[in-house]
Amino acid sequence: MTMQQIYLAIPLLPLFAAIIIGLFGKFLPRAAAHVVTIAGVGISFVLSAYVLNHAMTAAPYNETVYSWLKSGNFSFEIGFLIDRLSAMMMVVVTFVSLMVHIYTIGYMAEDKGYARFFSYISLFTFSMLMLVMSNNFMQLFFGWEAVGLVSYLLIGFWYTRPTAIYANLKAFLVNRVGDFGFLLGIGLVLYHFGSLDYAAVFSVAPQMADTNINLIGNASWSLMTVTCILLFIGAMGKSAQVPLHVWLPDSMEGPTPISALIHAATMVTAGIFMVARMSPLFELSSTALSFVLVIGSITALFMGFLGIIQNDIKRVVAYSTLSQLGYMTVALGVSAYSVAIFHLMTHAFFKALLFLGAGAVIMGMHHDQDIRNMGNLKKYMPVTWITSLIGSLALIGTPFLSGFYSKDSIIEAAKFSTIAGSGFAYFAVLTGVFVTAFYSFRMYFLVFHGKEKWREAHHEDHAHDDDHHHDAHHHGLSPTDNPHEPGWVVKLPLILLAIPSLLIGYLAIEPMLYGDFFKGVIFVDSEQHPAMQELAHHWHTIFHSAAGMAIHGLLTLPFALAASGVALAWFFYMKRPDIPALIQKRFATIHCILEDKYGFDRFNDRVFAAGSRLIGSKLWLIGDVKVIDGALVNGTANLIGKLSRVVRKLQSGMIYHYAFAMIIGVFFMLSFYTLKF
Amino acid sequence: MVDFFTQHILSFAIWLPILAGILVLLTANDAKPNQTRWLALLGSLASFAVTVPLYTLFNFADGGFQFQEGFQWIASFNINYHLGADGIAVPLILLTSFTTVIVVIAAWEVIEKRVAQYMASFLIMSGLMIGVFSALDAILYYVFWEAMLIPMFLVIGIWGGPNRVYATVKFFLYTLLGSLLMLVAFIYLFHQTGSFEIVDYYRLPMPLHVQVLIFLAFFAAFAVKIPMWPVHTWLPDAHVEAPTGGSVVLAAIALKLGGYSFLRFAMPIAPDAAHHLSGFMIALSLIAIVYIALVALVQKDMKKLIAYSSISHMGFVTLGFFIFNNLGLEGAIVQMVSHGFISAAMFLAVGVLYDRVHSRQIDAYGGVANTMPVFAAFAVLFAMANSGLPGTSGFVGEFMVILGAIQVNFWYAFLASFTLIFGAAYTLWMVKRVFYGEVANQHVAELKDLNQREFLILAILALLVLGLGVYPQPLTDMTNATVTQLLSHLAQSKLPAGL
Repeated sequence: MTMQQIYLAIPLLPLFAAIIIGLFGKFLPRAAAHVVTIAGVGISFVLSAYVLNHAMTAAPYNETVYSWLKSGNFSFEIGFLIDRLSAMMMVVVTFVSLMVHIYTIGYMAEDKGYARFFSYISLFTFSMLMLVMSNNFMQLFFGWEAVGLVSYLLIGFWYTRPTAIYANLKAFLVNRVGDFGFLLGIGLVLYHFGSLDYAAVFSVAPQMADTNINLIGNASWSLMTVTCILLFIGAMGKSAQVPLHVWLPDSMEGPTPISALIHAATMVTAGIFMVARMSPLFELSSTALSFVLVIGSITALFMGFLGIIQNDIKRVVAYSTLSQLGYMTVALGVSAYSVAIFHLMTHAFFKALLFLGAGAVIMGMHHDQDIRNMGNLKKYMPVTWITSLIGSLALIGTPFLSGFYSKDSIIEAAKFSTIAGSGFAYFAVLTGVFVTAFYSFRMYFLVFHGKEKWREAHHEDHAHDDDHHHDAHHHGLSPTDNPHEPGWVVKLPLILLAIPSLLIGYLAIEPMLYGDFFKGVIFVDSEQHPAMQELAHHWHTIFHSAAGMAIHGLLTLPFALAASGVALAWFFYMKRPDIPALIQKRFATIHCILEDKYGFDRFNDRVFAAGSRLIGSKLWLIGDVKVIDGALVNGTANLIGKLSRVVRKLQSGMIYHYAFAMIIGVFFMLSFYTLKF
Repeated sequence: MVDFFTQHILSFAIWLPILAGILVLLTANDAKPNQTRWLALLGSLASFAVTVPLYTLFNFADGGFQFQEGFQWIASFNINYHLGADGIAVPLILLTSFTTVIVVIAAWEVIEKRVAQYMASFLIMSGLMIGVFSALDAILYYVFWEAMLIPMFLVIGIWGGPNRVYATVKFFLYTLLGSLLMLVAFIYLFHQTGSFEIVDYYRLPMPLHVQVLIFLAFFAAFAVKIPMWPVHTWLPDAHVEAPTGGSVVLAAIALKLGGYSFLRFAMPIAPDAAHHLSGFMIALSLIAIVYIALVALVQKDMKKLIAYSSISHMGFVTLGFFIFNNLGLEGAIVQMVSHGFISAAMFLAVGVLYDRVHSRQIDAYGGVANTMPVFAAFAVLFAMANSGLPGTSGFVGEFMVILGAIQVNFWYAFLASFTLIFGAAYTLWMVKRVFYGEVANQHVAELKDLNQREFLILAILALLVLGLGVYPQPLTDMTNATVTQLLSHLAQSKLPAGL
C-alpha cells in the first residue's frame, strides 16, 4: 500500500461501514452492525497510528484527491494535508471512536435502533477525519457541517422524545449561526487570497497583514482581524463558546456514547483544531486573538459555575466540557496553540473516560441520571469507580496525570501573555481550577461515596427537567436492587481510556510543547506574542523534565486551589450535607441566576426564536397577504371589475344614453381642438 | 439515419415527447389505464434518451450555440425555426426530460381519472419547455413560452385542489401581463434589426434609456416566472392547488424558464441596463432570500412552505446573475439544476404523505418516522439538501453565489448567508413537527412505508442530490465556457458611440 492509499483508506473505511450498515443493516444479523463498523474504525485506527509514526520522520503530505469544482479562475479541491497535527488528531479521533464503538455494544444492547446508531457513529468518524485531514478551507467546511449533521441525527436519536428533538434542532441552528460567520470568513479568504488551499493562503498571509478593507462607509478595518474573527465565530458555534454554547448542555439528550465521542472528545474540539490550523492567520491579528482570549476566559469560568448546581450526571460533565473548551480557547488566545492542542488531546481521553464512566453509572442505575439518587457505587461498580476517579483527578489537574500537564501549561501561558485581556484570562483560568475541582468531586463523592440514596429515593423527582419521557430508558433503580457493573465491552474501553488519562501528559508534554513536534505546522510570532517562548524558557531553566514540572506543580497556586476544591466538596457533600442547602437559601439570587443558566436560553427563545416567527408572520400576513395580494393583485383585479361594471352601465341599450355620451364627446373634442390651435 | 439524428437532436428532444403525448391521447382507453401509463413511461424514457447525446456530444470548450439546426418558417417576417443550445441550456434541457420521467412514474397509480390527459399534458409540456430552452428565434421562443402554459393550466385546473380556479386565474394574469410586455420588446427589436434572430439582438447597440425599457419589459416576464419578490404570490397558491406532478414540474423546471431567459435575453440584449439596474436586482434578490425565508418559517401548509422555500432559493439565482462574476453566474446555474432535484423530491415527499392522509397541513402529522422510517430517512436527506448541507447539491450553488457576492460587496454575502440559519430553521422545524415525536394520531399510526415505486423515484433523486454535491465539476465544466463568454459579452458596453 502506498501512503496515499492509506490516507484514502482511513476515512473511507468508516464511511463504507456506515453505508453498508445504514442501508443494509436491517437485512443483516444484529451483530453485523458492530462487527462491520468496528472492523472499519479499528483498521482506521491502526492505519492512523502508522501514519502518525510515519509523520514523525516524513515531510508533510499535501496532495489533491480530486478536483471538486472549477469556476473561472477559482478551483476547489478535495485533498489531504497530513502533517503531525492532522496525524495526531486522526489517532485521537479513531482511538476514541473505536472505544466508543466497543462500549456501544453494551450501552445500546437493547435499543431497537442498534444498527442505525453504529451507522451514524461510523459516519461521524468519516466526517471528522475528513475535517482534520483537509488541506483546504472548503473541505474543512464540508467536514465541519457533516459532523454537525451527524450530531443532529444522534442528539435526536430517540426521536420520539420531545426534549431530544428540541435539542437537536437547537444544536443544528446554533451551529448554523457559527457557520454563518465561518462561511463569510472563508469568503473573505477566497476573495483576498485567491485560493482556499491552506498552503497557498498561509504563504501569502504575511504580505496581507496590513491590508485594510472598508465594510461600513469609509471606516477601514484590518482584513486579518475581520477574517479571523469571522472564522472564530464558526469555532464558537462548534466548540460551544459563550454565547453560542447553549446547544451543548441540551445535546446530552443523545445517548451517552455519543456524548463522549462527539460532545466531549472530538467534534466540539474541531473549533480549537481549526484555529490552531489557522495559526499563520491568527498570529497576524492581536485584536482577533484578544477576542478569542476573552471569549475563552468567559466560557472557562462561567460555564464552570454552572457545573456546580447540576444534578444530572451527564450535565455536570457537559458543563465541565464547556469550561475545558474555554481553557483550550484561552490557550489559543495567548498564542499557545500547541498547548491548546495538547489539552485537546489529554481532554479527549479523560473526558471520554468520564462520559463513558457516567454512562456505566447510568446503566447501573437503570437509567436514572440524578446524582442525588446515587451514592456508594464504589462497592458495586469497582472498575467504573477507579476509572472515574482517574478521570476526575486528571480533569482537576493532579500532578503527574495528563490533565495537569496540559492545564497547568495553559495557566502558565495565560500568566506570561501580554496581550489585551490576558489579565482577566489568568484570573479566569485560576478560579476555574478551584471550580472544576469542586464540581468534579461533588459529583464523584455523591456518586461513589456516602449513603446509598436510591434506597430511600422517590423516583418521581428525577433529575430530568422534563416529565415527558417515561419510556423504557428512564426507570431508575428500585430501593431493594443493587446496581451492577456492566460487562467487559463497557469496562474495557474505560480501562483503555484510563491509561492515556494517566500517562499521556507525562509522555507527550516535552515533544509536543518544547520539542519540534509542531515545527512547521503551528506558527507563532514570538515577538508579538511571547507567552510560548516564556513557557519554553521556564521549562528549560526550572522544570527540565515532566517529572520536574509535576514536583514543582505540587507547590504552586493551582494545585492548592484544586486541593481546596476537593476538600470543600468533601466537606459539603460528605461531612456536612446540610450546608449546601443553607447556602442555596442564603444566596437564592445567585442560585436563581445559575439555575437560569444566566438567562441565555430564555433570551434566545424569546428574542431570536419568537422574534423570527413574529417577523415572519407579519411579513407574510401584512406583506404578502394584505399588501401584495390584497392591495396590488386582487386590487388590480377588483379595479378591472369595477371599471367593467362602469363600462357595462354605459352599454345600457337606451338610445338617449348613447346620444348624451356622443354630445359630451363632441363637446370635449371640440374644446380640445379649439384650445390647442 | 444516425447523421440525421445527430443533426436534429434538439428537434427530437422537442417533438418526440409532444408526439408521444399526442399518441397517448389518441390511444387513450379508460378501461385500460395501465396501457396508457406504460406508453407514457416509454415516451418519457425515449424522450430522455434522445437528450442524453446533448451531454455526450457536447463540446466543452465551445461557449457558443451547439447542435444548431433550422429552416425558414415565415418568410415575410423573417421568422425562422432556429434551434441551438449552449452550456446553460443543455443542463436545463436534460433536467426537463429527466423530470418528466420522474413525474410519469410518480403519477402511476395516484392519478386515476383522465390518466391519458394527465400523462399527455406532462409529455407535451416537456417538449414545449425544451423548446423554450433551445429556441434561438424570438418568435419561436415566444410560441413555446406561451404554449407551455396551456398544459400547465390544464394540470392545475383539472387535477388541482379545491381553490384551483383562483390559483389558475392568478397564475394566468400574472404571467400574461409579463409576457405581453416581452412581446412588445421583441417587436421593437424586430423593428430595429429586421430580424427575430436572438443573436442579432446581442449585437444591436442601444442607448441606455432604451436598454432600460427593454430590460424592464423582459424583467416583467421573467421576474414573474422565477419568481422574484414582489411578484411571487402566484407561486404558493399555484403549488398548493396543483397536483404533485404539477408542483414538481412547476418548481423543478417552470421557474428555471425565467432564470434561463434572463441569461438568454434580458442581460445580453441590454447589458448596460443590466449593469445599471444591478443594484435594484440584487436588492430584490436579497429581499427574496431573507424576507421569504422568514415567511416560510411560519407556514402551516407543507406545500406552501416548500413554495416559499423555492422563492428564497431562486433569490440566489438572481443574486448570482447580477453580481457579474463566474462564481456567481455558475453558482446560479448550479443552483437552478440542484433546486430542480431537491424541490422535486420535496414535493414528491409531500405527495407521498398527501396520498395517504389527504392533508398537507403540518399539524396533521407528527411522529411519521415511527411508521415510515425509510421515508423519514429520505425526507431528512432532502431537508438537509434544502438547508444547503455540504455534500448535497443544495450547498454547491449557495456556496458559489455567496463566495461570488462577497467579492462584490461584503454585505450582499452577509445578507445572503442568512439562508444558512433560516433555511435550516424552516426546513428542519417542519421535519421535526412532521417526522419526529410520538405518533400523533390515528392517521399517522396507520401509515405504510414507501412502496417500490415511491422508493425508486426518491432513491434516484437522492443519488443525484448527493452526486452533484460530492462532484459538481461535470456540471460546471459544461457551463464554464458559456458563462465566461457571456460575462465578456456583458462587460462590453452596447451604448452607441458618442453617447
